[in-house]
Amino acid sequence: MTTQLLLVQALNGLQLGILLFLVAAGLTLVFGVMDFINLAHGVQYMLGAYLGAAFAAATGSFWLGLLLALPAALTVGLVLELLVFRHLYARDHLSQVLATFGVILFLNEAVKVVWGAAPLQVAIPPQLEGGIEIMPGLQYPLYRVAVLVAGVATALGLWWLVERTRAGMLVRAGATNAPMVSALGVDITRLFTLVFAFGAMLAGFAGVLAGPIFSVEPGMGDNVLILAFVVIVIGGIGSIRGAFVAALLVGLVDTLGKSLMPDLMRLFLDASAARQAGAALASMLVYVAMAAILAFRPAGLFPVRAG
Amino acid sequence: MIGIGRRGILAGTTGLLAAPAIAHAQPAGGVKIGLVAVQTGPQAALGTQLRDGFMQGLRHLEGRLGGLTTEVVHIDDELRPEVALTRVRAALERDRVDFVVGVVFSNILAAILRPVTESNTFLISTNAGPSTFAGRGCNPFFFTTSYNNDQVHAVMGQVAQDNGHRRVFLMTPNYQAGRDAMAGFKSRFRGEVVDEIYVPLTQLDFSAELARIAATRPDAIFTFMPGGLGVNLVRQYRQAGLAHIPFLSTFTVDEATLPAQGAAAEGFFSAASWAPNMDNAQNQRFVRDFEAQHNYVPATYAAQAYDGAMLLDSAIRRVGGNLRDKDALRAAIRAADFRSVRGPFRFGANHYPVQDFWLLRVARRPDGRFQTETVRRVFENDVDPWAAECRMR
Repeated sequence: MTTQLLLVQALNGLQLGILLFLVAAGLTLVFGVMDFINLAHGVQYMLGAYLGAAFAAATGSFWLGLLLALPAALTVGLVLELLVFRHLYARDHLSQVLATFGVILFLNEAVKVVWGAAPLQVAIPPQLEGGIEIMPGLQYPLYRVAVLVAGVATALGLWWLVERTRAGMLVRAGATNAPMVSALGVDITRLFTLVFAFGAMLAGFAGVLAGPIFSVEPGMGDNVLILAFVVIVIGGIGSIRGAFVAALLVGLVDTLGKSLMPDLMRLFLDASAARQAGAALASMLVYVAMAAILAFRPAGLFPVRAG
Repeated sequence: MIGIGRRGILAGTTGLLAAPAIAHAQPAGGVKIGLVAVQTGPQAALGTQLRDGFMQGLRHLEGRLGGLTTEVVHIDDELRPEVALTRVRAALERDRVDFVVGVVFSNILAAILRPVTESNTFLISTNAGPSTFAGRGCNPFFFTTSYNNDQVHAVMGQVAQDNGHRRVFLMTPNYQAGRDAMAGFKSRFRGEVVDEIYVPLTQLDFSAELARIAATRPDAIFTFMPGGLGVNLVRQYRQAGLAHIPFLSTFTVDEATLPAQGAAAEGFFSAASWAPNMDNAQNQRFVRDFEAQHNYVPATYAAQAYDGAMLLDSAIRRVGGNLRDKDALRAAIRAADFRSVRGPFRFGANHYPVQDFWLLRVARRPDGRFQTETVRRVFENDVDPWAAECRMR
């Protein structure tokens, strides 16, 4: 493998990581601040993609679609919080998992009823068509550059929001010790609702961005959700910084693993077996990495909760 | 045994009790079809194609198969073998269906084949055509109106060979059907396989693989990426500027995924025994009326199910509506005396079709929709590679 190919693969890994970060950021806030396991976060990503696709088709513009999908995703988040999730904060994790899993089933079917089971098409906005040639014969789509930029900008915005604003201070305080924050006279229920809706909007944002690259179909959030959980567990639950670092790490491990593993296996297996074993090992690599990190840092890379 | 007997009596009694009510709607000697089509989960679009295709056939036959009033019992297998098994059993024992038709996926077919055929009921698969039931496992009560998967992959191997591609890059998901696809392709391709990549079934982003393809500069790529995987791959392949490398595929670009792939798939190749543009009266009528009814372009899933309805119609007509004499009914099905949307159609010794296979290319129609269109005939009257092993008992 040439250095050039390795660099290209590293770039691809970062790209996947950024997209994962957008999904994981909301999840880690909700999990960290409210101690609430929200399996339905993946379907909120899916809903974002569908809303973006629907609004883009209706208005004929990807940008208008994005603009309309964000408040819509926020609203869906608020409604879900009000109807379902609010009643679960005080319950144990098992109830939360069961109820939010029910929401997954319900929304996956609902999406199918409304938009049909066949995948939808979302066109790349004309301003971002085309690509940059990063190696002979391979274009790096301009759209992916835009997603990278959007992801980094979101990360910076979140960092500013959480570290430098009053609302962020409350969120951090809530993540460390919620009852104490409540005792100091902060309306913790409203804070939770806000954090939740914001998280839903972030997931929706990731969904809209993913639309032109991935297939928009029922159940598209389920694969992403698993990786997002890996990210927040590695990063330390509740930590935005941890989610960012862990997302990049997971993206890199996954992509580089896929491209290097088969070659590595070829050192001691014959070609065909090496390819199959390499592919199987590569898809495990992310989880192996998670296990290894947790063995040394049980609370993740950037633990938030004291004690 | 006793349990089944008792249930049989029960069903018989309820049948008697209900008889006066049914008599108005269904004169004696109607036929009941259990239609198995996945309606749950990400692959539901394929089940919908299958269901709509069969129902379109029934509509053309004015709701009668071989002159008998037809009732369809819809069965959603949920793409879970145990669910399929329970529901098909219920259809056999409670609803007393005369035929079981449909089935998109091989693993579902494998789960229901024994219970259906052991009750001496004919099972007509309109899509799944695994090699398991084509060779030694062939069954007198099992027919398929589709093909054996290996044939379709072999078509692409032959195309790569004929087109003089010397270096081909292979990529499939890492599961049994993916490995079969590679084997099928290699059975006809004699050139160099530059690299083989197996991706997980949950793969989202193909950029790592695309970079590898660009680095190895193959003459063509061959891939088998069903459903959403194919949507992701096709779009990302086009976005990465690799579309100048011929894209040979099976079950990756078809009318079920083209609405989502759109222009990104234009010019990409596929293989099948049918395409919507086939020039025969039966097919033109099917495609025109199907689109008018359902407002989407039919794929092979729909076409083969439509043929399934026509096949049953011809067979029931041939035996004069007598469904009791199984041997006569089998001979009537085997005769395949109907006009297929594919043109010529007959069954081989293993009850799999002997048919032509075509190279297809994705094209944009004048109305802006996308469909696969025939390029050339690759195999003529092709018999699947397992037929010789079949000893029909």
